[in-house]
Amino acid sequence: MIKETTGNIPDEQWDRIIRPGSSLLDFKLKEVWQYRDLLWLFVKRDFAAQYKQTILGPLWHFIQPVFTTLVFLLIFSKIANIPTDGIEPVLFYMSGINIWNYFSACLTATSNTFVANAGIFGKVYFPRLVIPLSTVLSNVIKFGIQFSLLLAVMVWVGIKNNSFHFGTSWLLIPVLVIMMAGLGLGLGIIISSLTTKYRDFSVLIGFAVQLLMYATPIAYPLSFLKGKSYAAWIAYNPLTPIVEAFRYALFGTGTVDISSLLYSGIVIIILLFVGLLVFSKVEKTFMDTV
Amino acid sequence: MSVVIKVENLSKQYRLGNVGTGSMAHDVNRAWHRMRGREDPYLKIGDNNDRTIKGESNYVWALKDINFEVNHGEVLGIIGRNGAGKSTLLKILSRTTSPTTGSVKIKGRVASLLEVGTGFHPELSGRENIFLNGAILGMTRHEIKRKFDEIVDFAGVERYIDTPVKRYSSGMYVRLAFGVAAHLEPEILIVDEVLAVGDAEFQKKALGKMKDVSTKEGRTVLFVSHNMAAIKALCNKALVIDNGKVIAFTDSAEGMKIYFQSSRVKNQSVLEKSIDKNVDEFILWKTIEIRQNEVILSEIQNNLPFSILITYELKTDINGFRLFIDISDCQSLSICKTFFDEENDTGSYFKKGIYTSVLNFPENLFIEGEYIITVFAGMHGLKIFHPVNGIPVNLEVLEMGTIKRRRFENSFKGLVTLPVKWITTRTNES
Repeated sequence: MIKETTGNIPDEQWDRIIRPGSSLLDFKLKEVWQYRDLLWLFVKRDFAAQYKQTILGPLWHFIQPVFTTLVFLLIFSKIANIPTDGIEPVLFYMSGINIWNYFSACLTATSNTFVANAGIFGKVYFPRLVIPLSTVLSNVIKFGIQFSLLLAVMVWVGIKNNSFHFGTSWLLIPVLVIMMAGLGLGLGIIISSLTTKYRDFSVLIGFAVQLLMYATPIAYPLSFLKGKSYAAWIAYNPLTPIVEAFRYALFGTGTVDISSLLYSGIVIIILLFVGLLVFSKVEKTFMDTV
Repeated sequence: MSVVIKVENLSKQYRLGNVGTGSMAHDVNRAWHRMRGREDPYLKIGDNNDRTIKGESNYVWALKDINFEVNHGEVLGIIGRNGAGKSTLLKILSRTTSPTTGSVKIKGRVASLLEVGTGFHPELSGRENIFLNGAILGMTRHEIKRKFDEIVDFAGVERYIDTPVKRYSSGMYVRLAFGVAAHLEPEILIVDEVLAVGDAEFQKKALGKMKDVSTKEGRTVLFVSHNMAAIKALCNKALVIDNGKVIAFTDSAEGMKIYFQSSRVKNQSVLEKSIDKNVDEFILWKTIEIRQNEVILSEIQNNLPFSILITYELKTDINGFRLFIDISDCQSLSICKTFFDEENDTGSYFKKGIYTSVLNFPENLFIEGEYIITVFAGMHGLKIFHPVNGIPVNLEVLEMGTIKRRRFENSFKGLVTLPVKWITTRTNES
């Protein structure tokens, strides 16, 4: 009698089983860790490729915040006469723009993950999450460059006014940056998952990010809204506590309390969880619909 | 021998047409069924994936109930016509998409090469791209470092290693990309037609490397190619797919035979379609057929004679009517042109009516490969009738390998063989 020799190999003996669906909570984070070399190389690629054949190189990152700060100074400070929480206007705007830029860069770049990388994704498998993670990391470098500009301006203003603020509150900054990264990544991967089949969201994202900036205290302090009916809505924006805390950490003034930061933290965790959920579901078949 | 890949009842369904509001309605319906714990309503429908006939529904099965097993150290050739489902199968095996039903079980690390140079960034140097590409294909930095010199050596780009790859010649680019892939060390290697690129020397090198990988290093290789010579040289087993179904899973020689038989298809309709569009005041093209053994084909065996039949209607009397064909290889290099009145220098007078011109080719004229035969008509020395760039007809010549003299190295072959006999006699007895 011919016996089938292979029919009875138990599933555990196979290294990998490819099936139509899989468990919802399998985020493959362990696999992402195995591919950390690739993650790092993508960060390097993003950064290096951006400045090939430019003379100023990374110095270009100074241009955008400098000009935006100047425009904000003119419009919000000089024309609209909006106060800046007692912070030197230049520093107020520049710090807001600094942290906002990081969020918006993370969000817009990660929200494009599937569509922009369809070429690679269609040809070779690696944990797809590597791409948005590398985007978030390479934008940290950009953030760092712009932050160093902010520091330079702070030193200059400090010498002029002969006052410096430097204390333990600075330790909060890395935490805030990580929170921003989480928020950008979470939202970004949700949007990228939604846009694989229906591109409607990618149309939305461009101006939504722009409008969102005005719903965040970037060009005005939260204290300015006190007593206004819509102030609560701005406070519900999970970005608000982070931006206010960032200014508080740098300059020692602003509207911050632990509960509002905790609120942001919870929103971020929920967004990241939902994001990973839809992302890992979409990544399996998106090549058929992208 | 142990089984390293086991494919069970694997199927893949695709939706045709555009994604828009209509597909949204299907998505909603599907989600609604799933919520109630029912089966996906669209899995029950779906046509065979034959692209030449109009289907009933918008769903097709690119793969349907595929079953096979691959043992350790085997080199499996996957063959089938364009659109048979080969690439879909490779995509599922390399996890770039997931199956609709069924499962694949794999033992060992898989590296897939569906394209050379995936993720190459034009602005980065050769060195940076080796690391990037290697990591994308699943190598660790340590592994790449160890193999780095070997890769550079294989690609022969030492001098350019710190230059951005956008400055590379296309040959260097491909060699570098293949070099990285060839130095992967997975237990299972999946390769899709990458040999179709590059010059003859490189193809030989790549083929040699593939052979080393399977025979010397004892790895399992899945290889998709149209190149029957490569399949024959490399593979010991063949999986023949047609319209998303396995039609044979056997040793490679037998598999190639079955593939060849299955590819005797009705492609006359395809020709007619392309001809219909080309309206000319002088000529109406009827059919262009390639025949071998009285069967209309687009793929012919090289060890049998074949002919081209061109049927056309002349709408008026034409003085100096001329019909000619051009035979080119797939790089558009013209191999020869031949006129139907080669000896006649002035052209002849043709009355209006329907004509058939037959051109007979002897056996063993073409080396196996793909060719394009372009059919032209015109008036002697005056004009070429519409379409002026001719009507292209694909001709694929399959090597049915009985001729001893063809056993040359890949680089040692010309475009055509000559139907001549050599006679060598000794004329001087010393």
